[in-house]
Amino acid sequence: MKKTTNTYVSFTAASLMILSYGMATPALAAGVQDTAAAYSEGGRYFTKDDIPTFNIGEDGTVDWPTYEGFRRYHSECHVCHGPEGEGSSYAPALKKSVMNMDYYDFLEIVAGGKEESKGGTEFVMPSFGTNKNVMCYIDDIYVYLRARGADAVPRGRPRKKEPKSDEIRQAQKDCLDG
Amino acid sequence: MKYILTGAAAMLMTSMMPAVANESVMSATADPANWAMQAGNYANTRYSTLDQINADNVGNLQVAWSFSTGVLRGHEGSPLVIGDVMYVHTPFPNIVYALDLNNDGKILWKYEPKQDPNVIPVMCCDTVNRGLAYADGKIFLHQADTTLVALDAKTGEAVWSTVNGDPTKGETNTATVLVVKDKVIVGISGGEFGVQGSVTAYNISDGTRAWRAYSVGPDDQILMDPEKTTVLGKPVGKDSSLKTWEGDQWKIGGGTTWGWYSYDPELNLIYYGTGNPSTWNPAQRPGDNRWSMTIMARDADTGMAKWVYQMTPHDEWDYDGINEMILTDQEIDGQMRKVLTHFDRNGFGYTLDRETGELLVAELFDPAVNWTTGVDMDPNSPTYGRPAVVAAKSTEQNGEDVNSTNVCPAALGSKDQQPAAYSPKTELFYVPTNHVCMDYEPFHVSYTAGQPYVGATLSMYPPEGETNMGNFIAWDGKTGTIKWSDPEQFSVWSGALATAGDVVFYGTLEGYLKAVDAKTGKELYRFKTPSGIIGNVMTYSHGGKQYVAVYSGVGGWAGIGLAAGLTNPNDGLGAVGGYAALSDYTALGGTLTVFTLPN
Repeated sequence: MKKTTNTYVSFTAASLMILSYGMATPALAAGVQDTAAAYSEGGRYFTKDDIPTFNIGEDGTVDWPTYEGFRRYHSECHVCHGPEGEGSSYAPALKKSVMNMDYYDFLEIVAGGKEESKGGTEFVMPSFGTNKNVMCYIDDIYVYLRARGADAVPRGRPRKKEPKSDEIRQAQKDCLDG
Repeated sequence: MKYILTGAAAMLMTSMMPAVANESVMSATADPANWAMQAGNYANTRYSTLDQINADNVGNLQVAWSFSTGVLRGHEGSPLVIGDVMYVHTPFPNIVYALDLNNDGKILWKYEPKQDPNVIPVMCCDTVNRGLAYADGKIFLHQADTTLVALDAKTGEAVWSTVNGDPTKGETNTATVLVVKDKVIVGISGGEFGVQGSVTAYNISDGTRAWRAYSVGPDDQILMDPEKTTVLGKPVGKDSSLKTWEGDQWKIGGGTTWGWYSYDPELNLIYYGTGNPSTWNPAQRPGDNRWSMTIMARDADTGMAKWVYQMTPHDEWDYDGINEMILTDQEIDGQMRKVLTHFDRNGFGYTLDRETGELLVAELFDPAVNWTTGVDMDPNSPTYGRPAVVAAKSTEQNGEDVNSTNVCPAALGSKDQQPAAYSPKTELFYVPTNHVCMDYEPFHVSYTAGQPYVGATLSMYPPEGETNMGNFIAWDGKTGTIKWSDPEQFSVWSGALATAGDVVFYGTLEGYLKAVDAKTGKELYRFKTPSGIIGNVMTYSHGGKQYVAVYSGVGGWAGIGLAAGLTNPNDGLGAVGGYAALSDYTALGGTLTVFTLPN
């Protein structure tokens, strides 16, 4: 597997800042499967390891980022990866990939792209590091795919959602305008 | 016989008018033993006069031989046959094989271009290629990275090559090319990357550029004469495109040209359609966004537009207008007319006078279509030629961040690029269709060169109360009516072939090659090939035997959108998985399968 040069720009999520090539992140570190929300902040939910995660109410109400992730995934990602993270004849099922991949590796691949050859066929994912339509919503796409992978939300558009918090609204604006 | 230029008629034409068309193409397509163009002929009828395989004996069809292309990915288009040689092409990396039909398909030569793999991810919806073209002893390959190469048909040596676009800006190619006279006409893909669409003519002798006509932009770029170029019989006027965009938006305005091209040698006009305006969020690009979503008739020598017709002004659903234009001569209201028939993504089957661009028929070819109540056919009306949009289905009127539900057809259209066929014997068109609806939610996006520029969220599902996602239909273009309709579980993503044997062929996404009765649609034969079929069926004859051939190799937009099956978010949780998943039926792999009758 060859990773292309990262092209992070200033508007990417703050979490990207701590990313570096040298960081030792065991492929399946303990906790990669952990999706339980330990706390919330400004409408976003996090695991006890401070990794963004989803939060689904008993009546199926999804947190705003999961809903936003559904929307952004089905604009930017589904044309290759198929509907609802299910995969396609062209690209792998991301709902599975995100359950076996460290959060920081996910960010790195989305921002920097990925190339690999399988069975004589080249698979190439572009780098989205400069694409605000992707990077400003990367945590949303991540928690949506994790919710799909953990089977916490069904296929289709989430029917009920938490309101969009002022913090999220402001962060989106800052990112898109930045 | 009412389609132009077959057999003797074409021979006659080449001998009488030597400067018209390309003589090598005319003579090669005039011999029904060949399949010398992707569409069979300049008129794009996909009709063969071969009749050894007919409605009575097609049930005995057998596999004669098969050939693995060595490439996974979606296999669109079809092989060519010229004389004793078959030319086979593949998706990225766009390999070309010349196979010896006198020697069980032995490989005479193989050409494999070197292309930067970074072109792969900027090809929205798979690295398909819709095939090669032949003229003057050369094979023309238009690669994914927009390199156009002319190969010596005998040796496979590259004679010349030229580059048409810039993949780092999202400019790629999936289409075949059309050779007319001394030029090769090429299009461009990248409507989801904000590419300014264009058609370019290169001289076949040395690859130099003859002319380029953009779809959107200033008059000198779109090659339109404000006085002489007409729309529905009237001059288009000055700045006909610029006036319908805000500021410089036309520069990233789309209108790409990734479909099929046809040609009328008598009128010396080429015909094609342009794609969606960029972005998919209509609120971000006020105006009619001319000339996206338009049928174009251009002079083959100069590129100047003779007439245009915009089918979907200010698109709100991604209904690209790039599908094939089929040229026939038909009697309409007691009068013989040179017509053009086009089955658009937006669900309308259009019949136009191809000389003048007059709109004769615009009727829906899928009853599920619900975004419109019809096209205004009154020449005295201020909205003449425009489709009436149903407010509830208007993603523009519903606004940004609002989910417009149950819009039919879905963005992939009632029919995509998979070409239809026309039989002059039955005077019917045979049309592979999609039968899929969608939810569409537009939202604000920003433009970055070389990055997707989409701006809408989609969910797709079959029409309410139905489970079939496709139909294969017979269409009367004179009246705009469906004669018969065969339901298919999945969208029919394979180009049809009509033959003088009164048999019509098409492939299915499960992988079946099917033969049906041209008059009734009754299934006469089926065979399951190794993978799903998104290629086009072709026929040729060699050594006195007729053969039928098709690529299998699932992929394309169908392989992405349908692989996991569809769900209807409006049906509630119980419906999840209620529709068939393509991945339950087929897997990747490119194979050519050739059929014939037993001895």
